Amino acid sequence: MIYDPGLLATLHHKANQIRQESIRMIAAAGSGHPGGALSEADVLAALYFHFLNIDPHNPQWPDRDRFILSKGHACAGLYAALALRGYFPLETLSTFRKFGSILQGHPDMTKTPGIDMTAGPLGNGLGAGVGMALGARITGQAFRVFVLIGDGDAQEGCTWEASMLAGFKKLSRLTCIYDYNRSQVDGPTSEILSLDPVMEKWLSFNWAVRAIDGHDMVQILDALSWAVESRGSPALIIANTTKGKGVSFMEDQSKWHGKAPNKEQAEQALKELMQVETT
Amino acid sequence: MSDRPKMMQRVAFGDTLVQLGEQNPHIVVLDADISSSLYTVHFAQRFPDRHINFGVAEQNMLIGAAGLATIGLVPLACTYATFATMRACEQIRSFICYAKLNVKIVCSHGGIEVGWDGPTHHGTEDVAMMRSMPNMHVVVPADAIATSALIRQVVDQDGPFYFRMGRNPTPLIYTKEQQFTIGKAIELCDGEDVTLVAMGVMVSVALDAVEILARQGIRARLLDMHTVKPLDGEALLEAANITPLVVTLEDHNVIGGLGSAVAEFLSGCHPMPVLRIGVPDVFTESGDPALLFQKFAMDAQSVAARVEKALRELD
Repeated sequence: MIYDPGLLATLHHKANQIRQESIRMIAAAGSGHPGGALSEADVLAALYFHFLNIDPHNPQWPDRDRFILSKGHACAGLYAALALRGYFPLETLSTFRKFGSILQGHPDMTKTPGIDMTAGPLGNGLGAGVGMALGARITGQAFRVFVLIGDGDAQEGCTWEASMLAGFKKLSRLTCIYDYNRSQVDGPTSEILSLDPVMEKWLSFNWAVRAIDGHDMVQILDALSWAVESRGSPALIIANTTKGKGVSFMEDQSKWHGKAPNKEQAEQALKELMQVETT
Repeated sequence: MSDRPKMMQRVAFGDTLVQLGEQNPHIVVLDADISSSLYTVHFAQRFPDRHINFGVAEQNMLIGAAGLATIGLVPLACTYATFATMRACEQIRSFICYAKLNVKIVCSHGGIEVGWDGPTHHGTEDVAMMRSMPNMHVVVPADAIATSALIRQVVDQDGPFYFRMGRNPTPLIYTKEQQFTIGKAIELCDGEDVTLVAMGVMVSVALDAVEILARQGIRARLLDMHTVKPLDGEALLEAANITPLVVTLEDHNVIGGLGSAVAEFLSGCHPMPVLRIGVPDVFTESGDPALLFQKFAMDAQSVAARVEKALRELD
């Protein structure tokens, strides 16, 4: 599809801001998960600044679209997106992971406006999304459910329990986005536990599946539009991404899964991200 | 022993559930392939749109329940005690309790009274696990009438609940006129020599033990502690002030369940001897539940003998 260049520029800018804020938050906290926050940033920008039917002034609006970050460790990116979208002040981001903060180390739906599901222990987000989609059938609501999973989620068995039920129940209002960066704590998935062939696995569970470049905004928007088309099945978007995307020394490096940059590294990362913004 | 008529708690639950379904359109019943065993099949037939069978996938059922609760529905996730509390332990703890979601976990097959299926299917740690989770309520009805009355209150109250039933028909203790309140123990017998505090199927055993003790001149109080969490500390303290010994009875490991809850409470405000009767921290075996109860000295005769001995040792 052809998109308004203004929209694409805005979404690129938001993705970059999400990355910058993620680096600032994790550096300030001295702990967190930069790799996954950077890999998911483009998808989050597309969802929160274009696609989701949400109202930041009414986070509990019953008919809002739901978003679940199953890979809850990557919540710096989500918190940044929520703050930039107006759910809470940007200054709140500096409290991330600190005592008394509404921004817990992993998402807590009782503390943070805009968080639709508590998350962190991997493999659970899709099942929660399946519950929401099944519930919408009962209540007759028209909201859509989006779940972002990562490699760790895909290695957990309960993701496949949820996938099986979603395919069987033909949950067409459910979209799963797989942030497929092929990198986990102990190394590349190809060395730990490969998820390939991803597409065939999900197709065999009766999902509609499309693979995209998860950093290409046009492909992301096209895929989201495709995913919510009525077709009588849930949809999986395999977003091929790079862990640590946008920061040269973090890209594709497993060691940046759950490590905070020090002051110099954070400055270097922000410098690189700001350069992208100006070019 | 007891010649009280018997009825399965599961049957009472299934019948009540249909009535609740008529009254409350938000109730959704979730099963993991054993709706015929939990008697939820009646609800499923009456309200097919509000029944979801997850197949044999308990983790998915519990996390799905969490998702359903977020949109204002009242899911009752139904399976056996072992499967819900162990297989889906993390989903219950980190998603239902932590997020304080309005999910009701309804289980049968609590305890060794499951008998023939053997230790893999004996829920003997479930109360300990559920009780240790913040925000969780734990309710263990003693008979079919208590089951019916208490499940109504469980559904009406907000927040996570664990509701534990047995497998077999249990003697009817209560009449339909009995009032039940979650968090309030029921004093079934009044006595000054010893207090028995029981939950679930052990309330009936305790009633029989009280009769045996009475023949020996020992007057026992009996509390049906149907709500293990929050524990009725008021009733417990009142009893503890009167009797020199408290004895707990549970079809559950003596570690972590009712006995622990009672001992924890009393150690904080009224330190005193507490005899904990239950499964003595072992894996049991298959067989007739009556024989298993005898083996672990959980039958009425054994309970009475243990109480009498404990009282003697106090002197």
